Amino acid sequence: MLAAGPRGQPVPGGLMPPGARRRGRPPAALLLIAPSIVFMAALFLWPLVAGVTQAFTGPGGPTTAYVRRMADDPYFWDATRNTALLIVVLIPLQFALALAMALLLRQRPRFAGLHFYIWVVPLAISDLAAGLVWLSVFTDRGYLNSVLDHLGAGPYAWLSFENPSTMFLAVVVAELWRATSMVFVIVVAGLQNVPRDYDEAAAVFGATYRQRVRHVLLPQLRPSLQVALILRTILALEAFAVAQALTGRNFPLLVGETYQWYYQLQNPNVATAIALVVLALSIVAAVGYLRLMRGQPGMHG
Amino acid sequence: MTHRSGPISRRALLAGIAAAPVLGACGGVSTTGSGGGAGSITLMSNQFSPVEEKQRFERILQERVTGEKVAFNQVETGIFASTLQTQADAGKVRISVAGALHGDLAPHASRLTDLDDVLASLSDRGFAEELTGLAKLGGSTTKYIPWMQASYVLAVHKKALQWLPPGADVQRLTYDQLLTWTTAARQANGGKPVFGIPAGVKGLYHRFFQGFLLPSFTGGQITTFRGPDAVTAWEYMKQLWAQTARASTTYDNLQEPLQRGEVLIGFDHVARLVGAPAGRPDDWLMVPAPSGPKGLGYMLVLAGLAIPAGAPEPAKAKNVIRALTTPEAQIDVLRQNAFFPVTNAAVPGDLPGAVALAEAAVKAQREAPGAILSLPPVGLGARDGEVGQIFKNCFKEICLDGRPVRQVLDAQARELDRILGELRIPCWRPDPAGNPCRVA
Repeated sequence: MLAAGPRGQPVPGGLMPPGARRRGRPPAALLLIAPSIVFMAALFLWPLVAGVTQAFTGPGGPTTAYVRRMADDPYFWDATRNTALLIVVLIPLQFALALAMALLLRQRPRFAGLHFYIWVVPLAISDLAAGLVWLSVFTDRGYLNSVLDHLGAGPYAWLSFENPSTMFLAVVVAELWRATSMVFVIVVAGLQNVPRDYDEAAAVFGATYRQRVRHVLLPQLRPSLQVALILRTILALEAFAVAQALTGRNFPLLVGETYQWYYQLQNPNVATAIALVVLALSIVAAVGYLRLMRGQPGMHG
Repeated sequence: MTHRSGPISRRALLAGIAAAPVLGACGGVSTTGSGGGAGSITLMSNQFSPVEEKQRFERILQERVTGEKVAFNQVETGIFASTLQTQADAGKVRISVAGALHGDLAPHASRLTDLDDVLASLSDRGFAEELTGLAKLGGSTTKYIPWMQASYVLAVHKKALQWLPPGADVQRLTYDQLLTWTTAARQANGGKPVFGIPAGVKGLYHRFFQGFLLPSFTGGQITTFRGPDAVTAWEYMKQLWAQTARASTTYDNLQEPLQRGEVLIGFDHVARLVGAPAGRPDDWLMVPAPSGPKGLGYMLVLAGLAIPAGAPEPAKAKNVIRALTTPEAQIDVLRQNAFFPVTNAAVPGDLPGAVALAEAAVKAQREAPGAILSLPPVGLGARDGEVGQIFKNCFKEICLDGRPVRQVLDAQARELDRILGELRIPCWRPDPAGNPCRVA
């Protein structure tokens, strides 16, 4: 808990003069965080409790029927596997790309501002619209197949359920295009906070560019990367509209399944059970990242 | 930490970040549904979901319902059920007329006004007794007025007839002949399948299993779900799928791939087929579904118009129902949206070619010897999607994933039985009206 003096006693050196606080009045620290506690309780804790209740309560009292229903559904395990696969493949790629783009911008090329704006354009486009744009590229008679046809390579069914690897590839490419800009913005913002002095000092002592990135820039970028990693992982767990637009239910993802169960199948209980799985995965990922990034010795953000 | 120059000014960064969600938010849509304005009454329906169908029906409402101003509110089936239920149970009904399929209205029988007086005043319409019997929803009073009907048939491009197996009559196919035909056609077509089913996300392929394949092979839909005949049916489906266009899993309707020439033979709801022959009806045939060992299973899609109890403007609502059952309105709906009259409205000779084809096929299917009428599930309400999904899961696991039929049917039968166990409803045709309905 937060540090506060014993109940009813003024905190030495506190903001309030001795005797100003009446008996039973809560400590200032508690008052200061009270609004956020109220908000957290109303907007996070209460829905969480309601969600758990909904997932585990049937008409006849507590039940695990909905969770079993979820686990028995042929789409659920595919969706879990696809979601995990997407995160594992997508996030390293996005971070590599975003870092490369941010480092390029740091070299102050001409029209740097213009490059920046062009690179953040996908941020302004809704998931579904992005999915539809890529659908027009990858669909059987889309732009990509037209180009291939012109080159004499013949069309290929990129999004067919029979070609799971190209279906996955299409989703990765679309998500990469759509969501890398968010990581990019965070990394650029982080880079602005890194003083050039260190970099220049390292250069004076003869460090190569590669060494400077590895030993000077990246350690100082760590807090930004941590934030971006957590945000991006949670958002990747929520990825849905792009895959939905590109593949329908052929490439199921967890959040798409909650939508399917809630909206198409009208079963909010199973939908909530799947949502709880997403929540659990998000928490595991966030805690994991926090521990991983804190645990390395000799590094200070 | 004083030297903080970067390639981009902080203001530009902030502006970029701030602009993103603002721009992203510009794509909103109105979800309020109807915009009828003052004095109008609301007709809520889960029918005519494709936007072209919806717009055409709105025009029919404008032209044929001259006395009243009607706002047409098209919603998804689940929303339809929950809206009707919550409004009626809260005593705040905003909908004057509810138009939906028999099975969507059945669970709300207690929330609907008796319409015996309206039916009596419409004696000149000549509703078939079979339909007005269904409209009692198992009770003794009329709960809805039949509105329109439809079914599912096969559309065939005449080019595919050259591969028809010898001795087969395209108007009276059996499932075995269909398989031989599609196999031969695929071989002759350079290995590219010519047969398609609407197995996309919004496709109605579960109706093919519920109303056609399974009744034809097993004589039932639910009670026979995992019997030995059902195993035969699904083994057959596996073979048929091997001769079916792979892109079927992306088809929400068959008329577009048929029109594009991607497939030459397709099964779908007539309203989702008539677009294919629209341009050149002479190149096309529409034929009844095939028949199986137990007969020709076919699904009758019957839609009705009901008035929720406590609805505003019930007198106007009754006028709307009367206006929509006039021969003119019935023929307009047939002509434009390919739903067939439920009245004795004379079908004119100048129907658009595609609609005339569909009309003949639906009639031949209904009158075929050995026809087995099935209904879309009755009384499932909000669980309709889940039960439909059971049939879709069977297809996915058996045909797409190649799992053993027996194992899949047993697993899915458990799910189906669990849902039915919670609902405790009587069976619907073609299953015997046992109560409660369970998988045998």
